[in-house]
Amino acid sequence: MDVPVTRDLASDLVWPQGGVTRVPFRVFSDPEIYAEEQKRLFRGPIWNFLCLEIEISNPGDWRLATVGETPIVVTRDEHGVIHALVNRCAHKGALVCLQERGNAKALTCVYHSWSYDLAGRLQSVAFRHGVRGKGGMPEDFDNAQHRLEPLRVEVFSGLVFGTFSDETKPVEAYLGETMARMIRRNLGRPHRLLGMHSQIIHNNWKLYAENVRDSYHATLLHTFYTTFKVNRLDMDGGMLLSDDGRHSISYAKRDTLQQSDEYQKVHSAQYKSGLAAPQLLDTWTEFDDGITHCIQTIFPTLVVQLTLNSLAVRFFTPRGIDRTELFWIYLGYQDDSKEQTRQRLMQSNLTGAAGLVSLEDGCINEFVQRGTRGSEDRNAFLEMGGREVASSDGSRATETGIRGFWQGYRELMGF
Amino acid sequence: MREAIEELLADYAEAIDDGALERWPGFFTQDGEYQIITRESHDAGLPIGILYCGSRGMMEDRIQALRTANIYEPHSYRHLLGRPRYAQQSDGFAVRSDFCVFRIAQDGDTVTFATGRYLDRVVQDDGTLRFRSRHVVLDSRRVDILLVLPL
Repeated sequence: MDVPVTRDLASDLVWPQGGVTRVPFRVFSDPEIYAEEQKRLFRGPIWNFLCLEIEISNPGDWRLATVGETPIVVTRDEHGVIHALVNRCAHKGALVCLQERGNAKALTCVYHSWSYDLAGRLQSVAFRHGVRGKGGMPEDFDNAQHRLEPLRVEVFSGLVFGTFSDETKPVEAYLGETMARMIRRNLGRPHRLLGMHSQIIHNNWKLYAENVRDSYHATLLHTFYTTFKVNRLDMDGGMLLSDDGRHSISYAKRDTLQQSDEYQKVHSAQYKSGLAAPQLLDTWTEFDDGITHCIQTIFPTLVVQLTLNSLAVRFFTPRGIDRTELFWIYLGYQDDSKEQTRQRLMQSNLTGAAGLVSLEDGCINEFVQRGTRGSEDRNAFLEMGGREVASSDGSRATETGIRGFWQGYRELMGF
Repeated sequence: MREAIEELLADYAEAIDDGALERWPGFFTQDGEYQIITRESHDAGLPIGILYCGSRGMMEDRIQALRTANIYEPHSYRHLLGRPRYAQQSDGFAVRSDFCVFRIAQDGDTVTFATGRYLDRVVQDDGTLRFRSRHVVLDSRRVDILLVLPL
């Protein structure tokens, strides 16, 4: 499964022997590699999650987003068509849209009043013909030669994606059949926004990309999971990967729990007490496939989650080499009853910045960032569940999802 | 009345800052509600924030979890409270007050962790003033690292 060792032009990094089972710690702290990711990866042949379609429901709505560190504005024009544009004026490069979200007929830069339509085409320039007949743009100035830089856009099950590359396959082909089917299962029905917040984690973005593909850690670090039998590895479950290994689904079926002795030996199962308010974990069956827990990752920075009845989209975005913003968007379905919305509210306690089963991820990746300081020439070891990049149906005691991430990363980065 | 309300708010902050977290649920009525939510979501009328407890039992579970299950670096808070404003209502008082919370990490790093306002419903409960509801509305949408101790 070893990917051939290649040398990258912009960095002297040579990937260690062992292929995707080894990760040089340097990739989490090297500024050159970070800069190269902005070009090769985020502007490469991948789909970046931008926002939810329901956040820009009406003509004229716009919302800010980022692709890597590049500022983006996503708009819906007067015909209902969604556009994604680099939020950078074609004149001097200033941000055009300043508010997180808004509604407008045109996008106008505050610096010199260059004004664009919602598709990003330049409509007018202040003082184009000068003032009192003096000054102004040269005669041959042509609006059509200037515009906000567009991205290709596709919407899939209410998720708005953008790409800078002409080579990116259509979203459905990019996802593959298994991934596309699970997204449709969870988001294919009309949904609505129930809440949103973010957290700043003090680590390189790729440590979270690993963390969220890591079904091995989930029930060991997050002791609440294990104790209250929300998700354990002795339930039927598995790790499904897309054919290219980049995307993954970790799933479990709670009704199939057969308690394993292995859990008696781990710290996370030693927390014995029952809940004083067990209604936190009251659930109802939403799908007849038995899956009660599913964390799906879409390369590179999107996650779709349905844990019990807690439906959420997470995404993370680099804010510097050792700083990442992780967003939590909580959703319900449009036809949810009041009781169902209330239960999603109760279960929102499981995840997020204060999540009973997720708050540890706010610090654990930082522990790796700090732990690897001074050891940039050493490697992480990823052989749980074998050395392959392949689905692991039946067991989540595996790091196959993480290996899949690194396989995709190396292909794009040329490492 | 002002003195009694101010005493409740100060006692609440003192319990948290001193690490006496087991006292925390007792500041609420049995069916008391506690929520931490961002200003953005609060203003948009969205139901889900960052943390929600719909009863004293859920608060006890939170404390039990952070004492024995959750893993995080040790830290403490220091609350600074603004002067509360209150209005009498049929069944108690609506109270609004501002706060600033610093987080002190074990290595000494002290940061401004949260600012915002408390929107409270305070009632007489068994001869004691308690929160029927306490909505903690954060000015920022971002939480630094994680949120485990109540605000």
